[in-house]
Order: sequence, then structure tokens, then C-alpha cells
Amino acid sequence: MREIDCKDITQAVACLCKEANFSLPGDVKKALAEAANAEDSPLGRTVLEKLLDNALLAEKEQLPICQDCGLTVVFIEYGQDVRITGGSFNEAIQEGVRKAYVDGFLRKSIVRDPVFSRINTKDNTPAVIHTEIVEGCRLKITVLPKGGGSENMSALAMLKPSQGVEGVKEFVVSTVEKAGSNPCPPVIVGVGIGGTADKALALAKKALTRPLGTPNKSAEYADLEKELLKRINSLGIGPEGFGGKTTALAVHIEYFHSHIAGLPVGVCIQCNSARLKEAIL
Amino acid sequence: MEIRLPLTDDTIDKLKSGDHLSLCGILYVARDAAHKRIIESLEKGEKPPFDLKGQTIYYMGPSPAREGRVIGSAGPTTSGRMDVYAVSFMQEGIKGMIGKGSRSMEVREAIKKYRAVYMASIGGAGALISQCIKKADLIAYEDLGAEAVYRLEVENFPVWVVNDIYGGDLYEEGRKRYRKI
Repeated sequence: MREIDCKDITQAVACLCKEANFSLPGDVKKALAEAANAEDSPLGRTVLEKLLDNALLAEKEQLPICQDCGLTVVFIEYGQDVRITGGSFNEAIQEGVRKAYVDGFLRKSIVRDPVFSRINTKDNTPAVIHTEIVEGCRLKITVLPKGGGSENMSALAMLKPSQGVEGVKEFVVSTVEKAGSNPCPPVIVGVGIGGTADKALALAKKALTRPLGTPNKSAEYADLEKELLKRINSLGIGPEGFGGKTTALAVHIEYFHSHIAGLPVGVCIQCNSARLKEAIL
Repeated sequence: MEIRLPLTDDTIDKLKSGDHLSLCGILYVARDAAHKRIIESLEKGEKPPFDLKGQTIYYMGPSPAREGRVIGSAGPTTSGRMDVYAVSFMQEGIKGMIGKGSRSMEVREAIKKYRAVYMASIGGAGALISQCIKKADLIAYEDLGAEAVYRLEVENFPVWVVNDIYGGDLYEEGRKRYRKI
């Protein structure tokens, strides 16, 4: 049994939230630069270059890459041989978020109840935490600040098994097409297939934590990712929706077993400020 | 094209979808919750926090300013959420709207009818855009936090015309030009 103190968890989460908001991941910057070189639309190229300038400035000045510092999504891989000491694990994570958003001049975008009062919690808590129990004695923390505009473009389809791969393709492409300019393209498209309705959407979100453009380990799913990316980039939406061939930087699919009656497909779209940072304790 | 704010009818007549503009002058910041409150105050016959006539609204919620800075990051939010309020705002005299993402047909028709313009700035470039903001004053609804109303003085603030008074739509035109399926 390995002990990890709550204070260390809070500190790690706070650092991750700040770093994620100030520094665009290297793979995203590289993909934007490659897209700028390949883009046919002059305006599209200008937009991609501006996004790169923005990322450089944000890092240098410690300014948020995007003013929407997101709803903080935290993925935890919890090694079963870890024992948390010194307090509540959940509160340790929330305290880390609180510290980062208050001390780091990050925008607080969370309201207390979604329907009635909608009063801002003023510290961006609570984070949405997804915990997976794994073997070992490590704690992996991944922070994904998720912007509201792109999250609003999420979609779920409970397809019939007979609709098969064509049904999946049609749903994913039409979801990106309908989203159009709203989620700040170029986007990253997370797709979750299988499980229950909730599982499919959770997988779609988890798919966004993969290093950009790394293919699914299954050759069939990797080919499907490639084909979807090609079709999405033929839609013409382009950077910011102004037209062009860079609508998505990648499509990531995660899949799970499914019921004999179902073929759930979840889609979660990440914006061009694809913020993500992880640490292992 | 350099444009001085507030927008005049003559300027609006000249604007076409796809035009790249550099704005100088005053912008008013309001997003979801502020729009809701402004509409409620108009319905009650009360004065809104600023005179809407002739003004340009920027759909935005900034991140807090660090010491020594005018404002934090300050890029556009999705305009479609303001569609439900936008026609009333144009009836009250709003001439310009800045955000990102497409507008409803109703808003596009109102843009023609009330001779207004919808412009987009770059979503995801909030740090860069903040450099064009020279002054930011919180003028109303401080309790809304990130959704408070600000008056901004901007210089060389870059936008692209999306919807003009002639029915043009940059998003539709761009997509049509580059679509391959």
C-alpha cells in the first residue's frame, strides 16, 4: 500500500489547471502549424496562424489561451494499492481547481444550479471527476478544461445494430456538420461507441485525452478514424467556419462492448483551444 | 478596412460578407445573462445600462485581468445563444454584433430589416484579441461575474463581416467554396 497525501493531490491539480489553460499542448500546436501549411483557403491560413500566435502569447504572458477556461473535467486513474491520507480525495481535487482558478486569474464559469438560480460558484468548482480503478500504486490525474461552446455541440445516437458502420459514419459526420462554426474549428472529434448511453458519451470525452492523432489500437477502428477525418475535412467548414479544408485536426474513437439490442454512439467535440495536461503521482 | 465606431448607416451600407475590418472605438460587452436582464428591464420600461442606439455589442465574457493589465483573455462566445434576444436589441437600435458562429434565419432577416451587421472575431484567440482592448470599464451587473456588462475602448480590433444587409453569409459562402462531398 502506498500513501498519497491530499495536499499533494491539491497541489498537482492546481498546477495542471493553470498549465492546461496557459500552454496549448505541443501536439496541438504542431497540428495547427501543419494545417496552416496545408490549408487551401487564404483566410483559413490566416486564422490558423493567429491561433498559433495566440498560443505563444498566452504562454509568454500566462494568459488563458481562451477566456472560457472551461468546466474542469478531471480524469483519475486510481491505482488500487494507493491509500489517500489527510482528508477527502474529492475535496482535495476540488480545492486544487479552486486554487488554480482564483489565484491564476482563470475565468469562473460554473453556476450553482442549471435551471433556477444559475448563481456563479465564483471558483469554478465543482469539477466533473471521472474515476477509473486500475492495478498498481500510482495516481494519474488528467485535467481537461472543457469550453461551453464546443460542449454544447455534443450528441448521442442510440443506433440500431443493423445501421452498423454506415450509421456510425453518418451520425458522426452530420454532428460535426450541424455544429459548423459554433465549436471553434478546427476541432478534435471524440467518438465513443458501445456500452450504455452514458458510457458512450464518457468514452467520447475520454477519447479527447489521447495524444493528438494517435490511432486506435484496433486496425478497423483506426481506419474508421481516418475515413471520418477525411469526410469531415471535405465538408468545407474550415478554420472558424470561414471555409477551408481544416475542419478537424483528428478523430479519436474509443469503443466498448455493447448490448445485443444496441449500438450507442456518443460524440464530444473539442475546440481549437484543446487544453489538456496530465501528471502521475 | 478601418472602421470607426459607432457604426453609421453609410458604413453599414458598404459592408459585405467576407470583408475584413479593423474596428476602433467603443464596444459594449454582454452575453447570455446580461441580455436576459437588459430585455427584462426594457419590458419593465426601465433604462438599460447603456443607450443601445447605434452601438455594437461584443458577445464575450473575459477572464479576470492580472495586475497591470486592462483585461484578461477576451475572445468571442457562441452568438447563437443570443439569437432569442437579438431581434429585440436591433429594434432598440443595436447596429453591430460581434461573436462567433452562425445566426438564425430570424436574426439574419432582422439584420436586413434593421440595417445592422454581424461580425465574427476568432474564437480561441482571446489572448491575442485582448491586446486590442485599451480600456475596460465594468458598467453593470457586477454580480454576474464573467457575464457582467463592460464598456471597451478598442483599437485595430480584427473582425470579419458574416451577415450583411444584403443577405450575405460568410459561413455559407465559405463552406460552399471549399466543400468536396
